[in-house]
Amino acid sequence: MALTKADLAESLFNELGLNKREAKEFVELFFENIRAALARGEQVKISGFGNFGVRKKSPRPGRNPKTGQEIPISARRVVTFRASHKLKERVEQNAGLRAKVKERAKLNAGSGG
Amino acid sequence: MTKSELISQLAAKQPQLDYRDVELAVKELLAQMGAALAAGERIEVRGFGSFSLRYRPPRIGRNPKTGASVAVSDKHVPHFKPGKELRERVNEAESN
Repeated sequence: MALTKADLAESLFNELGLNKREAKEFVELFFENIRAALARGEQVKISGFGNFGVRKKSPRPGRNPKTGQEIPISARRVVTFRASHKLKERVEQNAGLRAKVKERAKLNAGSGG
Repeated sequence: MTKSELISQLAAKQPQLDYRDVELAVKELLAQMGAALAAGERIEVRGFGSFSLRYRPPRIGRNPKTGASVAVSDKHVPHFKPGKELRERVNEAESN
């Protein structure tokens, strides 16, 4: 199950006592302000979580992978995200995840034989 | 924009909330998001994007100073995929 805006609003309601409408509006505004900053080309630095940035990409020739036809890809700006060391560490320390991967590898190895 | 600038902007837009409440609310949202990723869960925010974990298999790394090889164990790293609205708004700014 993925974490959604509804879950985030729920946590503001439960933990901070915002009413449901306020909580929903706050979550919406939170993401909107980050989006607006990135649309202005600003970097967004959230300590303890990570940094969002905007990168310029030069035009390059592309190809339709299905037909092999060449199509030019125009210059564009794209959003990048770099997780903070703290977040990366928290993710890496998750022993349960690692166990899950090992289990999957075992299953795959088993089904192969 | 930093986290404290984001808090100030939100506080200005939500005058019915105390500055302190806005600060707590932002911290709560980030705590929920961090906890979800730490637990191996995805985050999906329509119009903004999704966060997921990508698996990195074990590899032999090298100490760039000494050249000595070091075993690096497998791990998961957070990954962000911008959503349609974010992608379009950031890119539109380029053409203007």
